Amino acid sequence: MNTLASGAPLLEASGLWISFDGHPVLNGVDLVVPRAQVIAILGKSGVGKSVLLKCLAGLLQPEAGTIRFAGRELGGGYHADRAEFRQRCSYLFQDNALLDSLTAMENVALPLEQTTAMTDREIRQRAGEALALFELESFSGLYPGQLSGGQQKRLALARAAVTKPELVLFDEPTAGLDPIRRNAVFALIAQVQRRIGFTAVIVTHDVPEALVTCDTIALLDDGQIRFCGPSAEFTASTDSRISAFRDSVGALAGIVGTLRRDATVSDLR
Amino acid sequence: MASSNEDLPLVDRHDTEFSAGSSVDHKPLRAIGLLGVEILSLTTVVGGFALFTARSLAAVFFTRRLRGRMALAIQEMGVRCVPIILVVGVFTGLVLGLQGYYVLDRFGSKGALGTLVSLTLIRELAPVLAALMIVGQAGSALASELGIQRNSEQIAALETMDIDPLGYLVTPRLLAALVVFPILTVFFTVVGIIGGWLSGSMVLSLESGVYWAAANRSIKLADLRESIAKAAVFGLFTIAICAYSGFTTHRRTNVAGVHAVGKSATLAVVWSSITILAADYVITSFLA
Repeated sequence: MNTLASGAPLLEASGLWISFDGHPVLNGVDLVVPRAQVIAILGKSGVGKSVLLKCLAGLLQPEAGTIRFAGRELGGGYHADRAEFRQRCSYLFQDNALLDSLTAMENVALPLEQTTAMTDREIRQRAGEALALFELESFSGLYPGQLSGGQQKRLALARAAVTKPELVLFDEPTAGLDPIRRNAVFALIAQVQRRIGFTAVIVTHDVPEALVTCDTIALLDDGQIRFCGPSAEFTASTDSRISAFRDSVGALAGIVGTLRRDATVSDLR
Repeated sequence: MASSNEDLPLVDRHDTEFSAGSSVDHKPLRAIGLLGVEILSLTTVVGGFALFTARSLAAVFFTRRLRGRMALAIQEMGVRCVPIILVVGVFTGLVLGLQGYYVLDRFGSKGALGTLVSLTLIRELAPVLAALMIVGQAGSALASELGIQRNSEQIAALETMDIDPLGYLVTPRLLAALVVFPILTVFFTVVGIIGGWLSGSMVLSLESGVYWAAANRSIKLADLRESIAKAAVFGLFTIAICAYSGFTTHRRTNVAGVHAVGKSATLAVVWSSITILAADYVITSFLA
């Protein structure tokens, strides 16, 4: 499945440019996502983090720039390379985007039913395993509207993981959750990432959680990536933009110490 | 900026340079400009709709597990509409029987009531009224459903899973419409003819045998074919319109969220109703 050497980047964006109503939001974004790592894209509200993620997923077409996945440049729309990318990538929406007319089991089984030639039995088994991974077996017959916010988030994670993707894009996975559940979501992503081995790109506001959980931090500011490196470097950086961002987040040091990398699904209930 | 659905355009006439506040001051030029914007807008919408429908139909060949979703759509659309079809059908027949009886009686031809009721229903009223009822009941629901799915990013989620949203959401509904509309039109016709008999023979004084003999004599296979063909065409067009309206909810101008969904449902019913009447005229012109 992996076509490149393990050290080569899985996803590369270069010179991405997109504007809304004449105002540039991404102004030449360059980003390299190493294989099998968890990378967090940080930035202030409205800076274009979700737009960047949607460009990477092909939901928005940048006006300029290129995106390469596993060394191959991706076209837009229904291009064959883009279709292959979608088969090897999952996307977790901020509001989960679960199909509300399908049960939890049907939601998880959906990508397998529609994109693979697996038999019903194989699909049920694989979907059941994904639900079990996120401790949702007992909710398999319920509709998303009958689940709590944390359960819906876990269901969305199960749907994203069921196809065993190489790359998972997370758009604000902790939006609307309290601090304990935010911590649990990040820990869960890290645990599942280690288990399945996918590469994760997480757009988030939760700086402390990202610093604890993610291998790499990227800072998006003024439409460009201003920093991309290990979280320790981000914390220690004396660059004025980075320190200004850190200051704006506030009391990081105190919060980071209280976070747990070993938070579990039960913390998300 | 352009979305991945850019090839299903819906031009916003208010976004163009010829809208209010334009720099074109000269009135005739401004009028020509506005006319051009209207024509461009209409052409773009019609083109987008044609592409949407063609892609949805082409998806028949690429969509997995289509039969199951089509069966579900037939059940949803058909079951939902049966009661209203039966009620409207029987009352249409009752009124036709009453009005027809009094008019024919003036000419001493009340024996032709069966002919009048059955042919009127089969050729015109059943396909048209049944289609209007289905659009009001199931078409508006479809537009709302797709509008909500668009707003809550469920359609975008399908795209990210490499599932064609048209094949998954629209194609089964289009195929279901080709089945449901003709069947419900037949239901409408049958209960309508029974309604005509109730008012002509039960309420008024026409012999039952005369009514049924006239109806039996008049109905030809070609009439049934015309009725079924009309119903299938209405079904395809109206469900495509309703689906397109819901699918493009995110492109509505001046409204957003639930208001955009409401507008999609309203536009779906309005345009579908107009299309039914226009298509009825065209088909009748060719088949008459």
